[in-house]
Amino acid sequence: MTHDSGMLRHILRRLLGLVPTLLMLITVTFFMMRMAPGGPFDSEKLLPPEIEANLNAKYHLDEPLVQQYFRYMGQIAVLDFGPSFQYKDWTVNELIAQSYPISLTMGTLAMLLAFIMGTMLGIAAALRQNTRVDYSLMGIAMLGISVPNFVIAPILILLLAVYTGWLPAGGWDWSLASMVLPVVTLSLPVTAYIARLTRGSMIEVLHSNFIRTARAKGLPESVVIRRHALKPAMLPVISFMGPAIAGLISGSVVIERIFSIPGLGSYFVTGALNRDYTLVMGVVIFYGVLIIVLNFIVDLIYAWLNPKIRYDEKH
Amino acid sequence: MTKSTDNSSFDPFEAALGVRDLKGRSPWEDAWYRLLKNRAAVCSAFIMGGMILLVLVGPMVISWESDFTDWDFTSSPPSFSSGHWFGTDAVGRDILVRTLEGGRISLLVGLVATLVSLIIGVSYGAIAGYFGGTADRIMMQVVDIIYALPFLFFVILLMVVFGRHIVLIFVAIGAVNWLDMARIVRGQTLSIKNMEFIEAARACGVTPWNIIRRHIIPNLMGVVIIYVTLTIPQVILIESFLSFLGLGVQEPMSSWGALVSDGAQDMESAPWTLIVPAVFLTVTLYCFNYIGDGLRDALDPKDRL
Amino acid sequence: MTLLEVKDLDVSFETHDGEVHAVSKLSFSIDAGDALAIVGESGCGKTQSMMAVMGLLTENGKASGQALFKGKDLLQMNVADLNKRRGKEIAMIFQDSMTSLNPYLRIEKQMIEVLMHHQGLDKAEARGHAIEMLRAVRIADPERRIRQYPHEYSGGMRQRVMVAMGLLCQPDLLIADEPTTALDVTVQAQISRLMTELRAKSNTAIILITHNLGVVAGLCDRVLVMYAGQAVECGTVEQIFYQARHPYTRGLLKSVLRLDQPGDTGLEAIPGNPPSLLSLPAGCRFRERCPQAHDACCEMPPMRRDEQGHTWRCFLDQVDE
Repeated sequence: MTHDSGMLRHILRRLLGLVPTLLMLITVTFFMMRMAPGGPFDSEKLLPPEIEANLNAKYHLDEPLVQQYFRYMGQIAVLDFGPSFQYKDWTVNELIAQSYPISLTMGTLAMLLAFIMGTMLGIAAALRQNTRVDYSLMGIAMLGISVPNFVIAPILILLLAVYTGWLPAGGWDWSLASMVLPVVTLSLPVTAYIARLTRGSMIEVLHSNFIRTARAKGLPESVVIRRHALKPAMLPVISFMGPAIAGLISGSVVIERIFSIPGLGSYFVTGALNRDYTLVMGVVIFYGVLIIVLNFIVDLIYAWLNPKIRYDEKH
Repeated sequence: MTKSTDNSSFDPFEAALGVRDLKGRSPWEDAWYRLLKNRAAVCSAFIMGGMILLVLVGPMVISWESDFTDWDFTSSPPSFSSGHWFGTDAVGRDILVRTLEGGRISLLVGLVATLVSLIIGVSYGAIAGYFGGTADRIMMQVVDIIYALPFLFFVILLMVVFGRHIVLIFVAIGAVNWLDMARIVRGQTLSIKNMEFIEAARACGVTPWNIIRRHIIPNLMGVVIIYVTLTIPQVILIESFLSFLGLGVQEPMSSWGALVSDGAQDMESAPWTLIVPAVFLTVTLYCFNYIGDGLRDALDPKDRL
Repeated sequence: MTLLEVKDLDVSFETHDGEVHAVSKLSFSIDAGDALAIVGESGCGKTQSMMAVMGLLTENGKASGQALFKGKDLLQMNVADLNKRRGKEIAMIFQDSMTSLNPYLRIEKQMIEVLMHHQGLDKAEARGHAIEMLRAVRIADPERRIRQYPHEYSGGMRQRVMVAMGLLCQPDLLIADEPTTALDVTVQAQISRLMTELRAKSNTAIILITHNLGVVAGLCDRVLVMYAGQAVECGTVEQIFYQARHPYTRGLLKSVLRLDQPGDTGLEAIPGNPPSLLSLPAGCRFRERCPQAHDACCEMPPMRRDEQGHTWRCFLDQVDE
């Protein structure tokens, strides 16, 4: 089939583009962390200079920066992220291993929630354009985009945890109850944005000529929407998935702090503040790879949905 | 029927038929008209105007200083009798004054960081769009890559590296937020560049500088205005996140984010410390978003989101 | 048997500049198997009148009057009843085939859905019919082509697919909105010939909307000329081409190049522009551009009729020399 070979070429092309992205990410973060004043051993009890020198030597912090860089690159090639400077008894690999399931689960659930709720609300609003339902839905969506999650979260905690006691106020023990508030709060801004995006896109698609043709063929409106309008309307939303994931990751940093969840995001912040180089790098690389892989998948889905892309690349 | 211009020498039939004089309307007038019809945007504009006035003038008018600790009334709820209309915080500082002064910082960050974004974004986008070809492709590829990365991580790193000086906050946030602007400007530049009237102008011997001045820049104005208005709330939001994490402006300066963060600590015992700055922050973001939306609808109706 | 009878059709649109009167008191009828051309310049209302009949007006549009299809008024029908007829008994095909076909669906899907919905065929049967129809419109290798997407076809092929799609359920009436305008002359001729053949085979009535008089002569029996939202002349092809009575029609004919004229004959354009549909003048709408306008033209001329059924909206009586 003509479009399948186009797909393959598209996939390969995308794969090749990933490598420089990852390299750039790692390099930029590495040098930025090192540019920060102060080192990992500054903040604690005042160390006698010889001990500090020994520590620095042990962790190769006295070598030229470029040398450290290549040493580090060699290490991560074998997936050794090194020891944490902050949490002395732990390696970064261990810290990541113990925290990523939480962050990943929270993020995935939030993404699913955002996508499903967002598209449903957006389509509902689009089909009732300029009615009260439309305006109220979009008004609420605007609120979701405008109110920061660290404002909504405390309010929800007050209402649903403190005053009523239905849900726990924090922590993550893998129980459904403990997952509800963090996941919902995390997903809110993304849900709102997706709702607005879907609504706009659906409205535009419904004004297309090919929708007019579908109606002229005597098809019932529900069929017209389901078969003809839905796919093109979803394309911008799929495109948005990449930035949406980035947004969720950003948001998770704050959410994890509010709900005292020991996820990757909180490790990043404390690591950055305490100059725990290896931990910060580890988290950045982990998230970086994740984002790149997920973006790649999103790209594939988009190309699969949009036959024009495959065609353009082939010719 | 009166006519403002006398066309009778050109069109005797039209004059005889007394057809209503249809005055031409420039696209800007069209857009202004559309904007005014958007109630949400107009409302928001008024509210924002009021907010800016409050924030600038309020602290000068209110009798309390923002760092004055009123030991008689620590953590007291809003009341007229105590003189603290919006209550006080744990050390007795008047919430209203603190919120308004925090507003000054938040809005200032919004404005300046947006300016930084604007300069970077417009230059980048215009260059990419103007040169086109490979340069454009590479530049946009870079934008795509950065777009997919979590901005907060970078801002946090930047803050950690460069410290918490307020100028650096402007730069850090602006540096992270220029992507949308660049994309839009590049798209607009590309489409303008290829329009026939540019070719026509060139064929008539208009110099490149005049082409840029008279044709390209006015056509960029529209999208730039829209995205400036939409960037301001994004930037204020980022700053508030930073403050919440403890990486924002330093004491004694305060911003809405920091105030909300503090308020969240005392949320159970003194909810007004959270609510007052939260409401101000939310209303501001809400209004800017509606105004930006309204501008977008007015200046580019087919771009409705 | 009268298939479609349009009576006093008015179509207007609410815009923020005011109310645009796209069609004013349009009346005509078409019999089974007939071929009627609706001719006029851009903006004269020919497309919007048919959109109104099909119930495809945009949200800000409204239609009044009657459009009796087989005796039932389409303008008064609810969407469900309209959908029973659209695509099945009346079909409409559109001008821009690139945007009128769904770029995200294969041609096959877009074609078989009409058959499956209206005639209850299953997928295999429908596919067979569709392939046959593609063959009838001269698409080569239809079994392979049908699985492709619209952007993989050329412009001429896409238009032929639209014609095929319109005729799948063998409708009684096919409305074709400028089907050949975006195509080059050779393809135009192909499509014309195609429609003539198909019409002969299945006795489908055709309403052809066009501003191209050349296409009209080959395909249609009768012509309706529209100007500024009104019908100004209606008659058989012979009557219109050789015995045009309305000054506008005569002006139109004069502006068309003819092979039998000497090579250096100039083109005679009609001076001026059509009136704004936001503020229509009182009286005859062609008045300001008419070389024979006189005082009586300040009143709206009635539609007049002669013994041969030729109608025209003018006070004058002129017959061609």
